[in-house]
Amino acid sequence: MVVSRLQWSAHFIGLLIVLCVALFPFLWMVASSFKEQTDLLASPPVWFFMPTLANYEELFADQKIITAVLNSLIVASSTTVLSVVLGTPAAFALARYEFRGKSDLWFWFISNRMISPIVLALPVYIIAKQIGLLNSHLALILIYLTFNLPIVVWICTDQFRGIPADIEQAARLDGASQFDIFLRIYLPLGISGVAVSAIFAFIFSWNELLYGLVLITSQDLKTAPVVATNFMSGYELPWGKIMATGTIIVLPVIIFALLVSRHMIRGLTMGATK
Amino acid sequence: MATDTAAAQSKQDPGYSRFTPFFFLAPAVLTLFAIGIYPTVFALATSFRRYNITRRADQLDGFPFTGLDNYLSVIKDESFWSSFALTGKFYLIVVPIQIAFGVMIALMLHRPGLSLLRTVTRVSLVIPLATTYAVVGLIGRLIFNRDFGVANQFLSWVGISSSDWLGNPTGAFIAIIVMDIWQWTPFVTLVFLAGLSMVPVEIEEAARLETKSHWAMLRYVQLPYMMPGLTAILILRSADVLKLFDMVFVMTRGGPGSATDLISIYVQRVGFKVFDLGVASAQSILLLIITIILSRLYIKLFYREVA
Repeated sequence: MVVSRLQWSAHFIGLLIVLCVALFPFLWMVASSFKEQTDLLASPPVWFFMPTLANYEELFADQKIITAVLNSLIVASSTTVLSVVLGTPAAFALARYEFRGKSDLWFWFISNRMISPIVLALPVYIIAKQIGLLNSHLALILIYLTFNLPIVVWICTDQFRGIPADIEQAARLDGASQFDIFLRIYLPLGISGVAVSAIFAFIFSWNELLYGLVLITSQDLKTAPVVATNFMSGYELPWGKIMATGTIIVLPVIIFALLVSRHMIRGLTMGATK
Repeated sequence: MATDTAAAQSKQDPGYSRFTPFFFLAPAVLTLFAIGIYPTVFALATSFRRYNITRRADQLDGFPFTGLDNYLSVIKDESFWSSFALTGKFYLIVVPIQIAFGVMIALMLHRPGLSLLRTVTRVSLVIPLATTYAVVGLIGRLIFNRDFGVANQFLSWVGISSSDWLGNPTGAFIAIIVMDIWQWTPFVTLVFLAGLSMVPVEIEEAARLETKSHWAMLRYVQLPYMMPGLTAILILRSADVLKLFDMVFVMTRGGPGSATDLISIYVQRVGFKVFDLGVASAQSILLLIITIILSRLYIKLFYREVA
């Protein structure tokens, strides 16, 4: 009895420590965003303080940050829509048809998960410069497809494969074309997978920094992570505003991520673990 | 009769022509090809030329073909290899710690009892994973600040005097390690947890009746189910460490000196500060080759029964 009591306590304390460590840095950022500058610069740091909304007021008065968040929103939603539109038909083909080179194609999609953006950053920069796409959202939207399309194709193929083939027999007898079958049977039945993959695509594009840094130099077009990092120069850093910006950037992604938390690992490992 | 012929017909005639898959695939494949392959070919071509866009002589010569010169200069470049070695060192420190924590946390999350706390903890693991990498860097700058960082406060509680983390080479390296462990241990944990949940309940219960030893349980029942996850972790983490840019860029920009100059930070600097495209492309191609080997390995190990 004593042993099991001890084990229970160890289990309880262990989980509690994990919970605190997982949440602490995030909560510390959120707390700091409500601190006055004097509280922020207090040494040692203060844990109890009078919260203030001043940082957020300053942030929303700053056109630069509002624009940056809107830019991120435009880029991330466009690339998400585009990768769903282009990716779901491909997933349908991979799930439904047999053809030569299918597995090679499938592996090619998966390989894109591994490629470091830095490998393509420089050539993409040069090419974008040559064709006049530097400083345009379109460049970001297109380049983000290189990691979003594979994730959409992967998750949706998996989803579509689970749809029983005999459902479409009836439709075929009614003379439905293959495209009808895709649009009216597979897409509605696989909508949950499509939604999960869309959320992943949104999260990845929203969080992206490197291409945003490299391909956009004009202040009006910069995305939110880039603007947040730009604060980090200068002598006296506006910590409160930085942390408020960080909170604003992270909040939507966390909400989305909690929605797909059950699929998080499938998405990140491309299904190596179920 | 009618159904018979219909069934027979649908067996012979799959309802689509040989070209149907092509129409569905073409948009995605062509797009990925145009955006992904074209820059790669461009980099490959550039890597064989003397191509520094800030050097006028190169421009006047029309960016001459120089064979493997760029590759030779990368191979001889000590900074490239030292940042490569640093990336390896980072991986070798970070990943074993994440695996150790990951196994422990996964076992705690898998153990029966305390179901509410277990659920809350499991869900909370999503937060580090989803936090924008650049913002993780911002948080790191705040936590490891010399004057008002909370890291120094924690250490003062256990009697260690404060230090300027990001201002000295060892401190900065430790700081990025801590932030990476915070962000990615949840990933490792959840992969192991997925493996653990594959252990059939009957086997686990039978084993519980057989033995009281947690170690035997772990070694003979649970560990075999976690092994495939381990391989996935080792490969994916190495790809991700090679990719690691945002958090380190925000926290240290590779400094102080070259203390946190991981490979992607280094390649970015050569490309965008020095603008020697020839050399930077050669570096990119070398990185790409490593990545391709990694992903081949991953595919070979995990998708044996072809899609």
